[in-house]
Amino acid sequence: MNSSRRKFLKLAGMAALGITAGKYEKIFGLTGYSNTQHSQSVSKLRAMVIDIRKCLVEKGCTACISSCNKTHNVPNIDNTKHEIKWIWKEDYENVFLEKENHFLNEDFKHSEILILCNHCDNPPCVKVCPTKATWKREDGIVMMDWHRCIGCRYCMAACPYGSRSFNWISPRPFIENITKNFPTRTKGVVEKCTFCDERLARNQLPACVEACPQKCLLFGDLNDSKSEVRQVLANNFSIRRKPSLGTNPKIYYIV
Amino acid sequence: MYDSGKILAGIIIFILLITFPFWLNSIQGEYKGEPELVIDRSNGAQCVKSTDYMRNSHMTLLNEWRDEVVRNDNRFYTISSGERIEMSLSNTCMSCHANKEEFCDRCHDYSGVKPYCWDCHIEQKKLETN
Amino acid sequence: MIEHALKGTKSYWLWILSLSIIIFVGLLFYLEQLDYGLGLTGLNRDVTWGFYIAQLTFLVGVAASGVMVVLPYYLHNYKVFGKLTILGEFLAIASVAMCVLFVVVDVGQPYRMMNLFLYPSPESLLFWDTVVLSGYLVLNVIISRKVLDSERKSIPPPNWLKPIIIISIPWAISIHTVTAFLYSGLAARPFWMTAILAPRFLASAFASGPALLLVMCLVLKKITKFDPGKEAVQKLALIITYAMAANIFFILMELFTAFYSGIPEHLTHFQFLFVGLEGNTSLVPWMWISVVLGITALTCLFVPKLKQNENILFGICLAIFLSIWIDKGLGMVVTGFIPSPLGEVASYWPTIPELMISLGIWAIGFFIITVFYKVTLSLRRELLT
Repeated sequence: MNSSRRKFLKLAGMAALGITAGKYEKIFGLTGYSNTQHSQSVSKLRAMVIDIRKCLVEKGCTACISSCNKTHNVPNIDNTKHEIKWIWKEDYENVFLEKENHFLNEDFKHSEILILCNHCDNPPCVKVCPTKATWKREDGIVMMDWHRCIGCRYCMAACPYGSRSFNWISPRPFIENITKNFPTRTKGVVEKCTFCDERLARNQLPACVEACPQKCLLFGDLNDSKSEVRQVLANNFSIRRKPSLGTNPKIYYIV
Repeated sequence: MYDSGKILAGIIIFILLITFPFWLNSIQGEYKGEPELVIDRSNGAQCVKSTDYMRNSHMTLLNEWRDEVVRNDNRFYTISSGERIEMSLSNTCMSCHANKEEFCDRCHDYSGVKPYCWDCHIEQKKLETN
Repeated sequence: MIEHALKGTKSYWLWILSLSIIIFVGLLFYLEQLDYGLGLTGLNRDVTWGFYIAQLTFLVGVAASGVMVVLPYYLHNYKVFGKLTILGEFLAIASVAMCVLFVVVDVGQPYRMMNLFLYPSPESLLFWDTVVLSGYLVLNVIISRKVLDSERKSIPPPNWLKPIIIISIPWAISIHTVTAFLYSGLAARPFWMTAILAPRFLASAFASGPALLLVMCLVLKKITKFDPGKEAVQKLALIITYAMAANIFFILMELFTAFYSGIPEHLTHFQFLFVGLEGNTSLVPWMWISVVLGITALTCLFVPKLKQNENILFGICLAIFLSIWIDKGLGMVVTGFIPSPLGEVASYWPTIPELMISLGIWAIGFFIITVFYKVTLSLRRELLT
């Protein structure tokens, strides 16, 4: 089917269905590329488990962070106001604000906890995006389309975890060694962790998971009861960030 | 007609103004005719579509690829020979058409379009030589 | 009709010239921002919205407030506002124009703004804000244009215009309600996530907008032969009085729930505003100025002698406008981000380029108002002679 006809059908479909939250894309979106296979099975629900007990043993380890930054051309901007962060460490008391407690061991209070996009099942950032530049994939990944983002930063106001960064200035001068097969971003768009969608498509694990020398990061499918993540979650006490907001984060912390 | 002189002068100034780019170019002598597209076929590779289609509609194809890859997580495309290729500007297209200045820029400059692909995507050749 | 804007006194042209210079300077700074990126502003990873979006919020209120003169005239046949309705509508048009410009300068990729319409997303309040604001602009353009046209021909406005004017009344309420929803639907920002935000926005709008209108009317009375009429001025002052009273009442309700419940995530924002947080007191003096101006002005409004003196009333209205501008155009947006969801007390203050760009947009607004008011008043004077 040629592209203009497909576009027409998309439009017709959109009109017929009424513009109901973009569901039309799923109905008409794939027809022209029926000669290709869909690389993901739809029933997966991606999630990550971070074992803080193991992670805290290696103080100062940044293997996962550097691997992510390298893989995705995340710039290294010294000015904290313009920083770009996909995965980084933050004090326990800042990460788990609502678990504020007295008489906590000072070491633990200031222990550095790894944080990244929570890939919420009910993502507030997706709800507010006026152009569908960020959306939730069927496998639960909260994706970003850097071509479409207009840089309104509504998603940053809506994210309860501070997981999103905006390119206040052009990021390229701040990338020491550019990784060729991944794009950089341009000034004026929002970015964040995408669970390494490009690596998952090649059946690789996310870069941070692969890089961790202590194997503190586990990645897998929540819908598969036999998966490692499900096993670990069933056998250990875990917490999530601000679950009371109803966002249903898919990053679990074993404490 | 009132003020016919003023109106006439106004019209002439208006015409001069909107044709300004033509004047400027002819004075500067920038125009050197349509750029000639040279395609290196020495490696025997076949393009994903016909030259004619690519010449007219490569931007449409690239937009569709972009949406398929980013939005539908659909990364491969079957070309007429039956070969499956990765939908990627910098990895697939540029593996043959490696010289951006020759292949992309000349024509874009000629037609005065400034696609923002390269604000983010990386020109492989440039990195290798650097 | 526009020819009336091309004939004016020396001071008229001087005013136009000064506005044009400010606009031009703003434009130069905007070109610099386009080139360098929004890093040119004081915005940062924690405070992602600031002065621009705050001006947008404040001006949506001014735009909506046109309804305060339109409603009594058209719905209750209150003839005294006859001369004012069109001025209210023009104020609305200029404000919406400024709102649009503040959105444009705030986005990181203005070239892609059409994506808002290419990929409409009804789940996003920003989509609805675009819809209601552009609708309001269209309504007011049609209404003011037709009413002025009828005035010129000395005939009553056509009948089909009446339903459009009636629609514009709830529409005005809707633009500020939707703008409040932009904020109050965000679970991530407890400072904004309050059901009273929309009513509070409307109350403050219905005080600040008419205050600005009244200030402009009194200025026009001084420099032109335009007279809004004593009764109209006093009635407008009464509207401002009760809107401001409601506004202060709503703010007190916010303070009560935050301080009595003592929930830290609600409390800290108000602490940042009024006493400062972790040494960051950037907004504290401003907020207290706002409080003092607001309460003093409201008190004066309840004293008939002061209210009836138009010179004093002028000062009162300026105070109210300034008080609400500080509250909404400076404090409201930034405070939502401080402290951040990670408990970080970030700092933000608009930079010179940011202020110059904003000033440029305000100048565009005043430029539009000046031209519209000039046309209207010249037309009316011409009709009298």
